[in-house]
Amino acid sequence: MSEVNDKSVEKEESMLLQKQMIADHFKALSKAKENNKKVVYTFVPGNLNELIWALDMLPVHPEINALQSAMRKKSGGYILEAEKAGHSEDVCTYVKCDIGMMRRGNVGPTGDPLPEPDLLLLSYTGCFTFMKWFELLKEEYNCPVVMLHVPYQAEGKVTPQMRDYVVKQLKEVVIPKMEEISGNKLDLDRLGTFLESSGRAENDLVAVWESAKNKPSPIDAYFGGVYYIGPIFSAFRGLPEAEIYYQTLRREVEERVRLGLGPVTPDGVMKQEKYRLVVEGPPNWTSFREFWKMFYDEGAVVVGSTYTKVGGYYSEGFRHSGKYPLESLAEYCLGCYTNHNLSDRVGILEKYIKDYDADGFVINSIKSCNSFSAGQLMMLRELENRTGRAGGFIESDLVDPRYFSAANIKNRLESYFQMVEAKRGGRRAPESTL
Amino acid sequence: MSVKQIIDECERLFNDLDFSYVKEWKKRTGKKAVGFMPVYVPREVIHAAGMLPVGIMGGGADLEIIKGDAYFQSYICHIPRSTIELGVSGKLNVLDGMLFPAICDVIRNLSGMWQMLFKDKYVKYLDLPQNFDKTIGGEFYKFEMRTLAEDLAHLGGEPVTADHLNRSIQLYNDNRRAIADLYKLRAEQPHLVMTSEAYLLLRAGIVMDVEEHTQLVRRYLHDVTKEKRHKMDNIRVVVSGAFCEQPPLALIKGLEQSGCYIVEDDWVLGARYIEGDVQLAADPYESLAQAYLFHAVANASKYEDQHEKGAFLVDQVRRLKAEGVIFCAPSFCDPALLERPMLADALTREKIPYTSFNYSENTGQFSVFKEQTGTFADSIKLWGHS
Repeated sequence: MSEVNDKSVEKEESMLLQKQMIADHFKALSKAKENNKKVVYTFVPGNLNELIWALDMLPVHPEINALQSAMRKKSGGYILEAEKAGHSEDVCTYVKCDIGMMRRGNVGPTGDPLPEPDLLLLSYTGCFTFMKWFELLKEEYNCPVVMLHVPYQAEGKVTPQMRDYVVKQLKEVVIPKMEEISGNKLDLDRLGTFLESSGRAENDLVAVWESAKNKPSPIDAYFGGVYYIGPIFSAFRGLPEAEIYYQTLRREVEERVRLGLGPVTPDGVMKQEKYRLVVEGPPNWTSFREFWKMFYDEGAVVVGSTYTKVGGYYSEGFRHSGKYPLESLAEYCLGCYTNHNLSDRVGILEKYIKDYDADGFVINSIKSCNSFSAGQLMMLRELENRTGRAGGFIESDLVDPRYFSAANIKNRLESYFQMVEAKRGGRRAPESTL
Repeated sequence: MSVKQIIDECERLFNDLDFSYVKEWKKRTGKKAVGFMPVYVPREVIHAAGMLPVGIMGGGADLEIIKGDAYFQSYICHIPRSTIELGVSGKLNVLDGMLFPAICDVIRNLSGMWQMLFKDKYVKYLDLPQNFDKTIGGEFYKFEMRTLAEDLAHLGGEPVTADHLNRSIQLYNDNRRAIADLYKLRAEQPHLVMTSEAYLLLRAGIVMDVEEHTQLVRRYLHDVTKEKRHKMDNIRVVVSGAFCEQPPLALIKGLEQSGCYIVEDDWVLGARYIEGDVQLAADPYESLAQAYLFHAVANASKYEDQHEKGAFLVDQVRRLKAEGVIFCAPSFCDPALLERPMLADALTREKIPYTSFNYSENTGQFSVFKEQTGTFADSIKLWGHS
């Protein structure tokens, strides 16, 4: 069954680099107060990392804390803690995990307590829940909040008025508040330097994504991809460390292409690529490896994914730029994946399926993420109609272990792979795995 | 028309998922109708374009969902699936366009589904600003409203001139005053204005022509004071959380029957979203923007940047001498359910009792809710707290 090498996985240089970067960042956070560094909590989509660094502040991303709690099997307890405090079973589990973690001492993934925020930077991009999340944290921490409202791309485009609205908020609301909290004055040239660095790292990241057009694909753009986005979606976009990481990663991937190797999985290098898939939606984090194994055991490699564009959509050419720093930040925020309307999202998936020659696509529908999930059943039908490729639909949750049913998902995936085989063989197949 | 006749007519409109009032209005006037989802849209702009704004609050308790469930997972609230059901079954063909105001991710994504499903219809996602500076969020919102007005003109409406818009604002001001009087009378004499009646009057208002509706509410207010209705030994409560997907009418009646006088609520909130009059001015868009930015009620879909969370609710309780709060929200409603713990904390700090439950618009069993709110009412009557 297994299509991977049985030898143990050797850590590549990029993996070690990332591990060190994360450790250093959490160490810096643990010493933030004694080093008189101001701490900004902010969200991954629409994050203003370069601005945070330009003002010598330190970023914390609550979604990343939540997903790391899930991978360390702690999220279930945190969620129960929040539910005991009156939070509904029906709502986003990232929020509840974060609140539960805070109530249990706010200890980060390296074992050090996280500092309390000096500022909550509410980048309201592509997710309504972000707003409620920081309203809740404001109650918990009693600290200032600054809102950046990013309009939705309802008509599938960014208008000048949308961009101006974001830039004006940056100029007149967000930056003044960050300057006040940090005690530093923004130097636009310094901000530009960070943004130029981001652009270079983004070029390398895009090259990594596009390597999946090779056969076999040298990467898994979803399960492996969530590691690749680690630096750029979290604290490091704009820093030299991120540039070095993405240069290293790109070099490793290009070497894999040269050698004709498949992606690295937790069980070794994938030997045979049987199915090429595109995946829509975030992964489940509580059983991440088990979830991934269900794919690579079947020889399925993900060649394109939308979740890895949630903190920055670079497929159509956007790059951060120091030439127009605030406009560049605005364009970035407006372009994040879940800020695109449903028709655009279908278009993005369709393009990935065609450009990366995928056999089909799988939607992992997340119970507690309406931003992604509402409308996905329609996206499934629309994509099947447009591409003629097989669509699969599975359900799980981000960080709530109660909503990961391994047997159910495995059954659905097995049926799905049979459907892909049937389509390949030209036989009539069921319309979907619904 | 007696009170009963007025309410019967409102209930007929409430139950009419074929929207015959809208069809007749269009036939009579030769004009167009535009639907809108909860919570708030500036209906004045639609009216000024010579069109009928029509509130679509889902399919209610009795609509059989045949196709709508296939569009949504089980963990998504009910209103989008019943709205899709209305759409794909042709019941909304009478509408020439549909507006989806920014309220949550589900309604936002529903706008995209509508774009794909009904390509021949006008669809707009109305991005309401979450920045409340008039030169930032205000300017953005004015642009959104002007775009809407231009779109409606292209759709066959009349050009929205300042005069037209001021005239519409005036008519909606009259309507807001009538509804405010209705709520005032209910708070003062809740035995006289039954909440189920007030609710049906509000529901009628999102379908009817605004002038006709204002007259209807005024007529009701005039006539109901002549009714002989007995005071009950009920507690006074505020209901919070039902601003989008609506509870079944039977549930609202059940709350009253369980011993609660509802003296404030947030259902059909769009009709009462703006407090007070919108100013008539040379730039009426500016007036509408200022009304939204500075005179809108606190609610879960709007970012609270000035006041403490829950202050609005606590003020309602104190001002109306309510004895408790019933949190009554749709299942899987992110805005209401994420807001609830903050509101509950504010009530706890003020020692205001509350009870909570979730519903769906097609909930069919009410005895559990009645028992819960009945017990809540009894505990307040007996001990002054829950």
